[in-house]
Amino acid sequence: MTDATRGNGRAGQGSLLVSDARTARRNAAERRFRIYGLLAVSIGIVALVVLLVSILANGASAFRQTTIRIDVPLDAARLDPSGTRDPAAMAGVTTFRYAPLLREGLAATIAAAGIEAEVDDRALDEMISDESVAQLRRHVLANPDLVGQTVPVEVLASGRIDGFFKGRVTYASAELDSNVTPEQLRLAEELRNAELLRTGFNWRFLTAPDGSDTRPEAAGLGVAILGSIYMMLIVLALALPIGVAASIYLEEFAPQNRWTDVIEVNISNLAAVPSIVFGILGLAIFINFMGLPQSAPIVGGLVLTLMTLPTIIIATRAALKAVPPSIRDAALGLGASKMQSVLHHVLPLAMPGILTGTIIGLAQALGETAPLLLIGMVAFVREYPDAPPDGFFDPATALPVQIYNWTQRADPAFVERAGGAIIVLLLFLLAMNLTAIFLRRRFERRW
Amino acid sequence: MNDTGLTDTAPAKITARGVQVYYGGTHAIKDVSVDIPDNTVTAFIGPSGCGKSTFLRCINRMNDTIAVARVEGDIRIDGEDIYDRRVDPVQLRAKVGMVFQKPNPFPKSIYDNVAYGPRIHGLAKDRADLDGIVESALRRAALWEEVKDRLAQPGTGLSGGQQQRLCIARAVATAPEVLLMDEPCSALDPIATAQVEELIDELKQNYSVVIVTHSMQQAARVSQRTAFFHLGHLVEYGETGRIFTSPEDPRTESYISGRIG
Repeated sequence: MTDATRGNGRAGQGSLLVSDARTARRNAAERRFRIYGLLAVSIGIVALVVLLVSILANGASAFRQTTIRIDVPLDAARLDPSGTRDPAAMAGVTTFRYAPLLREGLAATIAAAGIEAEVDDRALDEMISDESVAQLRRHVLANPDLVGQTVPVEVLASGRIDGFFKGRVTYASAELDSNVTPEQLRLAEELRNAELLRTGFNWRFLTAPDGSDTRPEAAGLGVAILGSIYMMLIVLALALPIGVAASIYLEEFAPQNRWTDVIEVNISNLAAVPSIVFGILGLAIFINFMGLPQSAPIVGGLVLTLMTLPTIIIATRAALKAVPPSIRDAALGLGASKMQSVLHHVLPLAMPGILTGTIIGLAQALGETAPLLLIGMVAFVREYPDAPPDGFFDPATALPVQIYNWTQRADPAFVERAGGAIIVLLLFLLAMNLTAIFLRRRFERRW
Repeated sequence: MNDTGLTDTAPAKITARGVQVYYGGTHAIKDVSVDIPDNTVTAFIGPSGCGKSTFLRCINRMNDTIAVARVEGDIRIDGEDIYDRRVDPVQLRAKVGMVFQKPNPFPKSIYDNVAYGPRIHGLAKDRADLDGIVESALRRAALWEEVKDRLAQPGTGLSGGQQQRLCIARAVATAPEVLLMDEPCSALDPIATAQVEELIDELKQNYSVVIVTHSMQQAARVSQRTAFFHLGHLVEYGETGRIFTSPEDPRTESYISGRIG
């Protein structure tokens, strides 16, 4: 015993109450390792928080929009020269005739509220979004009976006025800005005090089509969301059955030989091919060779299907591999055919994995931008695509491309829009991942 | 020595002649010939890796599922060559049931586990018929009393012994003629083992049962005939009592007395 405490190399001979040097070293190493791990996790969390905060700070205001309530006198002489109230005849009247009505309406409304306007007609005009004129015209054409009356309309304030109430535009910045004057801002503030101008939730941001370069306040995600949903439908409808069928064949039926090895390696390679290459492929094959329309969700969907297939195949094969072979043996031993053993037993067990892989693949496809740029989905699209299946061939854009598009535009109001669009995209991804978790839980909980 | 398997007492259900099995380059079964009678329990014993499971898997062509396995020779059931080109292994396996080493119930309900075979083979005319098949299979596996109130519960929730009896019930439900058992008790405790052994003894009334086992005591308890495999050879085959009391081959004797294996 005394020999041991002197340290002749035998472990565990000293008192248990005192940790020996070796144990202390091991514990210190373990503590250090835990600190590294914590550090790594914290870096990840900090990065995520910074990302989310910056996106929210930039984009959250896109979900609020400033509108002005104006009592517009719909002058019959100007809007319906023929006096028939026939929408076809009234359609001949351009927005050019409507613009003064809005301005006059605004002036009258301001006067009625007892506000003293220090701005001229042109400045009044500038406070209202150009989009509002078109909006008013559409409204009147849809309801010809309104002509001759004075109707209250809620119109979009121009981007600078909107920005003033979101803190983007200040009196100081207005001094230097050729698009807005401090007087206009002062008037806007008085309008708000008179409750004629208010800032509310911006439904139009989610439903309206894109706005032109000069009308950031009117730009919405409607077409982009529809386009993205259409493409996801196409990807799901094509990639899931093709991917699952290919994986089942490769995993359960295909003989193990050189050819299947080659196919396997190539599927893995395909998963690593840069997405822009798929875009070039789509351009060459689907548009130039097959003559499908440009900017259409069908082409985008096909390209994204090609991109998603390897992901789904790899995930499905992993899920099939994870099913214990004893289940296959049990089914085959009972006289089930190969296909019965796969369809009745293996596939249901692999389902959670397959669904997770599919949704991860879809989420990847949803955020993909590069290939869509090449097949012309960057186009400026104002028209909503029709309902599927015809709508698959109509021009549309997609969420990530719309974000890319908005970040390219000059007006700073588009930065806010892009931030808002990123939030929408993230919410979509979150929803898809939650679906994946939900489905996995559901299928796994069966037994 | 390989024709020691041809001593015949009862009419043979399964006859094997000159069976060779190769796993890739490995010669796993070397020239095995054996006659397995009906309505008896035949035990295959031998040290690990001697080929007894491999040979068992030849009888219902489960080796077909292994890409590198190759079977030569002649195996007949009721005089029909089961490796004939015209034989569909799926049909064969309905006739030759199998119980595996590890209990492997499907992750489905107890009822569905047993009903699966009859369903895919269309053995039941209607629901009531199927209920009857399930009940009689579970009764035969001595499991009915324990599970009759929870047929809708998952088969994977049963204890190990119950799961193995469920697998036996599942195999019995397809009305096979031969029942192959690959070390059915190796994952079970002694009580569950005793229950399964009792069951095997009853099953021989209707089937030709072939059981692979590591335990010589088990072979002595349940089987009427025993085959001793060693390094891919069928060393000795005969009545169980004789194999265990007066083995002819020195290798059998040293295995039984515990010197090899």
